[in-house]
Amino acid sequence: MTMAEPLLAVRGLRTVFPTRRGLLAACDGVDLQLAAGEALGVVGESGSGKSVTFLSVLGLIRPPGRIDAGEILFEGRNLIRLPAAALRTLRGRAMALAMQDSLSALNPALTIGTQIVETILAHGLARSRAAARDRAVELLHCVGIPSPDRRLNDYPHQFSGGMRQRAMIAIALAAEPKLLVADEPTTALDVTIRAQVLDLIDRLRRERGLAVALITHDLGVVAERCDRVMVMYAGQVVEEGPTAEVIARPRHPYTRGLLASLPSLEDPDRPIDAIPGQVPDLTHVDAGCRFRNRCPLAVELCMQPVELRALGANRLSRCIRAEAVA
Amino acid sequence: MLLGVSAIVFLMITLTPGDPVEIMLADQRATPEQVAALRRDLGLDRPLVERFLVFLGNALRGDFGISFFHRRPVWDVIAERLPATIELTLFSLLVAVLVAIPLGVIAAVKRDTWLDRALSAASLFGVSLPGFWFGILLILLFAVELRLLPVGGRIGFGFDVLRITGFLLVDTLLAGDIAALRNVLTHLMLPAITLGLPTAALLARVIRSSMAEVLASDYVLFAEAKGLPRRRVLLLHALKNALIPTVTVTAIETGQLLGGNMIVETVFGWPGLGRLVVESIFARNYPLVQAAVLLYAVTYVMLNFAADLLYTALNPKVRL
Repeated sequence: MTMAEPLLAVRGLRTVFPTRRGLLAACDGVDLQLAAGEALGVVGESGSGKSVTFLSVLGLIRPPGRIDAGEILFEGRNLIRLPAAALRTLRGRAMALAMQDSLSALNPALTIGTQIVETILAHGLARSRAAARDRAVELLHCVGIPSPDRRLNDYPHQFSGGMRQRAMIAIALAAEPKLLVADEPTTALDVTIRAQVLDLIDRLRRERGLAVALITHDLGVVAERCDRVMVMYAGQVVEEGPTAEVIARPRHPYTRGLLASLPSLEDPDRPIDAIPGQVPDLTHVDAGCRFRNRCPLAVELCMQPVELRALGANRLSRCIRAEAVA
Repeated sequence: MLLGVSAIVFLMITLTPGDPVEIMLADQRATPEQVAALRRDLGLDRPLVERFLVFLGNALRGDFGISFFHRRPVWDVIAERLPATIELTLFSLLVAVLVAIPLGVIAAVKRDTWLDRALSAASLFGVSLPGFWFGILLILLFAVELRLLPVGGRIGFGFDVLRITGFLLVDTLLAGDIAALRNVLTHLMLPAITLGLPTAALLARVIRSSMAEVLASDYVLFAEAKGLPRRRVLLLHALKNALIPTVTVTAIETGQLLGGNMIVETVFGWPGLGRLVVESIFARNYPLVQAAVLLYAVTYVMLNFAADLLYTALNPKVRL
């Protein structure tokens, strides 16, 4: 592996789910790269394919859903070709998942301690149960849970929301993975606790070189915490680039629409511009631009197939009129 | 509630046509005087209301009267037969649970495959099996044709086991008589399968649906994301939660097993309470039927209470 090679590279990923109305491609031709220590924000509305993309990376697509095409290179190895058992040893150890709602993500019938210890033991990171327990105490301490020794015996419902979310991140990180997929990790939390959780993730990124994919629909969080942002719409990446640049100068009408739909702190009286129309039915899409039916800039040519194209050194947009977006 | 049960049972059995005295004296060419004497003796010449009040008063003191037939206290007769029934019921429950858990889990994991559909069809078949017919079929196959298992009874002739608890599995163990223990097990096999299989079919359906629900949950996904072995995800993370709603159904089903006993015990000549009750109903042995039904009702209530306790033990959220 050379220095330039990213930790994770996804090319042409297509994940499909059979439905009554036909095959639904929840993500369709997704390309992305993520380097160690980098934080990538993944933005888009529900159903845009952000979660499916990263669940595919983790090999957690449930049948009858399946990965239909593409490759997922993790440290140069194609995960799609990997047998299930090999992929399982990578999960938790190489790449981990943090979920939106820790109350539903943690097993209600098992103690927090059991749920940390089993992860440590499953990856052979402790020689004995007692050693694993010591590590678990350390982990809880590290994510800022007071008297961790005692809290190990608690069940998830006995934790407060913020503590539970941090405990879940501790569990996800128990086997020291290199990549953390954080799927809306702060959506269910109030503002102060949200900051605590995001600070924790930031710290681990700096200290351990953890790569983070932060899936969210909160552009504020992305602006604050992510180096790069990737905007998804209807199963495709529509825009990508350095966070500050994308927010300052969006190069796709959908990104611009998203930014316009945020309430403004400076001018609270400004009306919120919702994007009119609806996401197309993903079982029946053509090769043309998927946003064209809602796009103020749409022209005849938007019916033609449209590829993600480079705009300058580090910006990408899937819009033929990218230069006209203002 | 128990008062209501007593009243209903009392009325139903006494208002059923048929006279215990005539049944008892049927072969004996008794004179009308003898019949009247026996009737007075058993208290059957009194008005209905008086008989019910006397029964209630005695029952509250734990006295259920004298069995018309055995001429001994009802409670003694029941206590003698009870261990056989409890042994059969628990063994059937064991059969049911041992069959239901793996089948339910497999069906849920292989959901919407041919295997799941085959298991669903089999369990529908199992739920609708009439016990008496299935029991006779098993006897014909395993006892009469293949001669692998005994036709009926609890223990073969020639085994002499000291009855300490009345539970033959326990008594043979206490006596250290392994041959007798095996003999008792072979006798238990067919009635337990007859009684347990329909329960297994029902439980498997309950486990399948609750397991399927749990498998779709976030915490199972999260457990998989941690890289845990599949066995641990299924058998610890998923099954532990899936069994919680199953417990209540199991307790209620155990109550049903007690009812099913009457048929199965009759088919297999099992000397338990179920057969005793059936015989007593035919003989219009009022005191025994009343006491037995009351016992069934109490057991049913206790089982539901036990289900609540077990539910609490399994579910940390309910713990206080």
